[in-house]
Amino acid sequence: MATVTTTATHDDRVKTRSALSTLFGMPAVGALIGAVAVALLFLATAPAFRNVENIGTILYNASTIGIMAVFVGLLMIGGEFDLSAGVAVTASGLAAAHTAWYFGLNVWVGVFVALLFSLSIGAFNGWLLHKTGLPSFLVTLGTFFVLQGVNLAVTRIVTGGVSSNTISDMDGWASAQAVFASSIDLGPVAIKIPVLYWILLTALLSWLLLRTRVGNWIFAVGGDSAAARAVGVPVVATKVGLFMGVGFGAWLLGMHMLFEYNNVQSGQGVGNEFIYIIAAVIGGCLLTGGYGSILGAAIGALIYGMTQLGISYAGWDVDWLKTFLGIMLIGATLVNMYVKKKADAR
Amino acid sequence: MNTAAVQDSTTSTRGPNTPVLEMVDVGKSYGNVNALRGVSLRVRQGEVTCVLGDNGAGKSTLIKIMAGLHDYTEGQMKVNGIQRNFGSPRVAQSSGIATVYQDLALAPLMSVWRNFFLGNEMYKGPFRNLDIDSMKKICDEELTKMGIVIPDLERPVGSLSGGQRQCIAIARAIYFGAKVIILDEPTAALGVKQSGVVLKYIVKARDAGLGVVFITHNPHHAFLVGNHFVILKLGRVVLDAHRDELTLDQLTAEMAGGQELAELSHELRGVDPGKVVAPHEVEHGALDPGLTQEEAAELRTELSDASGAPQTTVSEEK
Repeated sequence: MATVTTTATHDDRVKTRSALSTLFGMPAVGALIGAVAVALLFLATAPAFRNVENIGTILYNASTIGIMAVFVGLLMIGGEFDLSAGVAVTASGLAAAHTAWYFGLNVWVGVFVALLFSLSIGAFNGWLLHKTGLPSFLVTLGTFFVLQGVNLAVTRIVTGGVSSNTISDMDGWASAQAVFASSIDLGPVAIKIPVLYWILLTALLSWLLLRTRVGNWIFAVGGDSAAARAVGVPVVATKVGLFMGVGFGAWLLGMHMLFEYNNVQSGQGVGNEFIYIIAAVIGGCLLTGGYGSILGAAIGALIYGMTQLGISYAGWDVDWLKTFLGIMLIGATLVNMYVKKKADAR
Repeated sequence: MNTAAVQDSTTSTRGPNTPVLEMVDVGKSYGNVNALRGVSLRVRQGEVTCVLGDNGAGKSTLIKIMAGLHDYTEGQMKVNGIQRNFGSPRVAQSSGIATVYQDLALAPLMSVWRNFFLGNEMYKGPFRNLDIDSMKKICDEELTKMGIVIPDLERPVGSLSGGQRQCIAIARAIYFGAKVIILDEPTAALGVKQSGVVLKYIVKARDAGLGVVFITHNPHHAFLVGNHFVILKLGRVVLDAHRDELTLDQLTAEMAGGQELAELSHELRGVDPGKVVAPHEVEHGALDPGLTQEEAAELRTELSDASGAPQTTVSEEK
């Protein structure tokens, strides 16, 4: 056995892990392996995937899932679900469009009304969860249906149709579009602004989770909320905050959708909540809470974006996308479990 | 950070006869049910007070009153000689009374150091970043101080043994300024070896100048570390004695119900089930069921080595 001399200040009982085992112990590693595999698959089979100009499109596609996936991932680490996340995006876009159009206001007023609206949906979800003691699955399933109905009904009342009216001729449109739906050229690659928000949020929320007290509390309320309460963690505030985070994500994405396409279809967004959850789970977030990674959730969204476009670039039948996603979800979960077990055993 | 406070309190209020926590004729009724009646109890610093009792004897109610989960309805509870009514567990904690419950309040998937500082995280800098290095260092020091060996502080608490988890919870309570530490059946779910670890740790907590309230229904464990014994039965104190006033056999008999047990054995004697298996070669008088004589002796010496014999401390304080 090789003898390693350690200085007296260093406690030699605490073995430092090898860099490799630390890497494999990270919850995001399964997703990282998956992302590389998916990228290699499409690089080999889809010529258009190899085109540098398409990087912007792929990233954009991933960002429309990723902005929500990072917040949903954070919420899942905190031990809760939000099934209303998909329609909440649409609801936020509609709130802004309807407010601005109906009252003839500057679109920025609509944008801020939508922010308040989205945050209050999140706060309501959290509050209802706390008050009723029901599982978040049930509470947010209720919110999901309520919002779906509200989206359709209010849109019908305001516009008489199923989509919001065009607001591109109103005050503040240009500046709001610059903020929420502009595009930056990096050489041949056009990067749409949601991609930047997505990367920024991933970095910010990762920092929040791993390097702040609030992050510690999120892990704790997800892992064992009774234990967290017993040592003085503000459990209710933490959970309400997490739901409001999802609300914020829904607002940001909703604003992008509104200013990108000029109007919002009231039936949009249904089913997306599961894609956010899939991205988070592929990224290593446990369904039971208390464990996971924001970076992983972002990579999960990237896998989704690559898969969706890769299938069409490869000329395969796009109808199979969801099937592929389902298989990948199970596969990624198994890989995560396996990798975690291996890493813990070292 | 809080160690200074601990030391202050131990020096200022330390005295052989000032109970840090005192209960005088405390009673608690839930509606028309009197869960606790006329309980008097003194917890002194540097002493282990064992509270024994069968299921339903009122142990949990007693803990809940001391921990601030419930208020009492009769009598007085004094902390450092001042009468107190705790409104919440937080108030009790800030008065220096920490409770380590059976479920331990540890998040299983979080690392040891994150659990240790949960709810009391240290941070630094303008962005309030967690001060991870300091926290790990303190966590390691505190655990080492109490003789708990955990090779990797990044390991999730869920992968540790029950005894180690118990010890982390106790170490945390002590580090964050507890003067009185209430342990709710810490050895109930543990094996012999693990129980030994926790018992040693109780001795260390006592020697660190804390008042320890050790709730258990195992008289063998209680007698190993206890200075003072209180037995509850049907919400009343039926025995309140110092270690030098009674023997393990007496304690066990009292605990088992004394008179009631005699009646029960008389009753059961009439029902002869017949011999089903050959009698085992069971050695009587073992310290703990499942503990051999040698192990028991070893545990006893280890405990007295770690502390100085408990008897001597009692007689000094008396």
